[in-house]
Amino acid sequence: MQDVVIKTDNLTKRFGDFVAANAITFEVYKGEIFGFLGANGAGKTTAMRMLCGLSKPSSGNATIAGYDVYRETEEIKKNIGYMSQKFSLYEDLTVLENIRFFGGIYGLTNNQLKTKSEELIERLGLESEAKKLVGSLPLGWKQKLSFSVAVLHEPKIVFLDEPTGGVDPVTRRQFWDLIYAAAENGVTIFVTTHYMDEAEYCNRISIMVDGKVEALDSPTQLKRNFNASSMDEVFYQLARGAKRGD
Amino acid sequence: MRTVRFLLQKEFRQIFRNKAIIAMICVMPVVQLAVLPWAADYEVKNVNLAVVDHDHSTFSQQLVQTVTASGYFRLTGYNDSYDEAMRLVEGDQADLILEIPSGFERNLVRENQQKLFVAVNAINGTKANLGGAYLAEIIKNYNQTIRTELVTGVTGESIHAIEVTSSNWFNPLMNYKFFMVPGILAILITMVGGFLSALNIVKEKEVGTIEQINVTPIRKHHFILGKLIPFWVLGNVVFTLGLIVSWLIYGIVPEGNLAVLYLFIAIYLVSVLGFGLLVSTFCETQQQAMFIMFFFMMLFILLGGLFTSIDSMPEWAKTVTRFNPVRYLIEVMRMVILKGSEIKNVVAHLIIVTLFAIGLNALAILNYKKTS
Amino acid sequence: MKCFTNSPGALNAEISMKQFITFVRKEFAHVLRDRKTLLILFGMPVMQILIFGFALTNEVKNSAIVVVDYAQDEASQKLISRIEASRYFEVSKSAADHNQIEESFKEGKVKLALIFPQNFYSDLMHQNKAQIQIITDATDPNTANTLANYVTAIIQDYQADLNQNASLPYRIIPETKMLYNPQLKSVHGFVPGVMALVLMLVCVMMTAVSIVREKEMGTMEILLVSPFKPLLVILSKAVPYLILSLINVASILCLSVFVLDLPVNGSLLLLFAESTLFIITCLTIGIFISVRTASQQVAMLISLMGMMLPTILFSGFMFPIENMPKVLQVITNIVPAKWYYIIVKSIMIKGLGFSAIWKETLILAGMTLFLLIVSLKNFKIRLA
Repeated sequence: MQDVVIKTDNLTKRFGDFVAANAITFEVYKGEIFGFLGANGAGKTTAMRMLCGLSKPSSGNATIAGYDVYRETEEIKKNIGYMSQKFSLYEDLTVLENIRFFGGIYGLTNNQLKTKSEELIERLGLESEAKKLVGSLPLGWKQKLSFSVAVLHEPKIVFLDEPTGGVDPVTRRQFWDLIYAAAENGVTIFVTTHYMDEAEYCNRISIMVDGKVEALDSPTQLKRNFNASSMDEVFYQLARGAKRGD
Repeated sequence: MRTVRFLLQKEFRQIFRNKAIIAMICVMPVVQLAVLPWAADYEVKNVNLAVVDHDHSTFSQQLVQTVTASGYFRLTGYNDSYDEAMRLVEGDQADLILEIPSGFERNLVRENQQKLFVAVNAINGTKANLGGAYLAEIIKNYNQTIRTELVTGVTGESIHAIEVTSSNWFNPLMNYKFFMVPGILAILITMVGGFLSALNIVKEKEVGTIEQINVTPIRKHHFILGKLIPFWVLGNVVFTLGLIVSWLIYGIVPEGNLAVLYLFIAIYLVSVLGFGLLVSTFCETQQQAMFIMFFFMMLFILLGGLFTSIDSMPEWAKTVTRFNPVRYLIEVMRMVILKGSEIKNVVAHLIIVTLFAIGLNALAILNYKKTS
Repeated sequence: MKCFTNSPGALNAEISMKQFITFVRKEFAHVLRDRKTLLILFGMPVMQILIFGFALTNEVKNSAIVVVDYAQDEASQKLISRIEASRYFEVSKSAADHNQIEESFKEGKVKLALIFPQNFYSDLMHQNKAQIQIITDATDPNTANTLANYVTAIIQDYQADLNQNASLPYRIIPETKMLYNPQLKSVHGFVPGVMALVLMLVCVMMTAVSIVREKEMGTMEILLVSPFKPLLVILSKAVPYLILSLINVASILCLSVFVLDLPVNGSLLLLFAESTLFIITCLTIGIFISVRTASQQVAMLISLMGMMLPTILFSGFMFPIENMPKVLQVITNIVPAKWYYIIVKSIMIKGLGFSAIWKETLILAGMTLFLLIVSLKNFKIRLA
């Protein structure tokens, strides 16, 4: 039996009359890359924010790394990394300063900070940019840096909200290399995306339509179930019935 | 506490990289203290006087001369009709009209008494009040002079006279700038602290970095503390700069103990920053935070006793001023800097501001929600 | 409107008018959506008018004074009770001796001390001469002066009563009349000031910040590439603020008339026409700032420091211009709010007509024209 690190049970979020996430139920296992797909406005980000402890669910249950999303949000936060849709490192700090800052507030020791930041900069090949302001970096590098900062404190799970939006194919490829490397170290990856080729990289994916999880399986299995030749087709079949959109 | 250190490091770096903030901190106190007290001069001098002389007698000319020689008044019109003088008032060229009726000299001598007419443009209340009082005083003195001239030596014998001697303490030269400078310094510290702290968290919200912070296991009071301390330090820098500027330009050296001032400022800053952070947690955009802060600043300054005395306010307004931290700072600044008040004189102020500091920051921490 | 070059002129104008209205509607939606800001926008003038109207007064009253009475005789008691009866003073406590005076001043409660020497009454009766000493806390020179004047007046009244039988020869009796503002209320000067301030705030700050925000968020680009004259894009942003400002003017006037009992003595129409002129001046300044700046914070800083502060300082409504050093007096001339303040004061309070304010109006109009040309030039350069 695999270790369950994320478990949700009828997790729901309402904003007034609007049900952004409707009775979501699924499990995510340790070390897996879990893809979270859906059209714009399907409720992906809402669901993810609840799992990260950024937003209180309206009803239902969920545990992240064994901690309850209602009562133990701060415990959850110690065990996860998060990279939001919007780039959110400090643009007016340098690469190195950002790494040290986020490492520092996650409680890394000075030694750890030193070795970790050196390691990270070397892995990303940012040696010459380490002392430059993050605001001056190209988008692709910012995204890679964001991800590396999100896993700096070796979280059990890392949540990525459309991490590769607006990034060129080569950088996307490199980005996924980083994700694989993290997964190999036993980090569970929870990722939302629009790109169907990226969906193929995932171990399992769920597809959300109008706030509900409509399908959940491995990419191969999903294609078989929907009798489709590509994930594109699977997604199209499901999303066609959507009422919400942009 | 280690977390706070990292937060502080980050905040200070961001502040020092922001040219606008640095300019605000260095330039504002100097410019404002250098310009404001000159502009905000309520000292009543150069009252513009229009004289309507229907008499054209020796007495009337003597009177006009006495009035202009006093130094308080500037003769801006010497008219033949009241209507002409009135036009000067309408055009803001005259504040007072002194009308000397025809037959002034003759009636005074023959009938032993004579009226004079004074019209005051009362739109500017202080000026009207004091200008009118000065004029009355001068007329009285002139009256005394001609009386002694006309009746040599007889007066005074049968009259019980009370002689009033008055002395002005703490500001013997009656320099209005002495009154304004400590008050303006108080406003300055409040504005810098309030606006900087109000805009700060909102900016992180607008840019989106607050998400990244909220998803870390950071403690709420650590976060607030990390925001508070840098601005607290800046506030002290601004205050020190302000003291230096007011010494260099106006020669104002605090009569009282500097330690008392700094102690009060230390606590006051915590309360004002707490207020800024509280506003910050309520708003989504910088524009909003700015406006709300502007609203409260206006309220605090107007009801802070900077220009008009709190004692003269109606009861409801006095009650409002009790919840206005700026009021306490202005009072303490004036007391300690000008009068040399000691710590025992400002204990009540200290206690109230401490309560503000605790209350506002507690609210800011409570209202800062990591989970929405 | 290049895409419509083939259409006849009239149709063209009609279409662009429609577009313009669409844009204005969008801007209105933005403004109306932000409830907190809107609340402040309309709450601010109300708050200011109420404070100026009811809380602030230049009149000095209820001032605490301390009395040191070494005489304790008939005359001193009588004088003290007269002073107590006046609404200007509250005899807060009696000190036993001189040394306590300084302490009371330092506590900050007491503003004036009155000292009666020993044998006050007997000196007055037998030697016809007695002394009273007044000590003021001159940290606030005006209050000190005013209070000293009041006390002196009360003493003189008392003296006059004492001397009722002995009539003074050759008396000059000044009769004083307070023009415009008999109760010495502070509002009279402040209502026009508040109007200038609020219009400045709404038009300059709001306009500048809202345009710069679109720049910052990148939505300005989208608007500028649309088939719509860029100038009209900017104009459509200004229209909602023009309307909001006129509503604000109306509400301030209503408050002033119905709550403060301060009527508009002159022509209401003229007042609104002049206000519209000033609003356009402010909008032009706002647009000018927005064209020149790239970030919201800078735009705010410039509007606050460069516009609001000079308005408060140099328009003459809070601080008397004639008291300022010459340099500052000259500077006040370039502050548009100063001219508007003079205009409103003349119309509202003094009830004067256009003939009295045509010069100020001309100056204001000239400023507007100048600013308009400069910002249009800048705008074109930015686009090119």
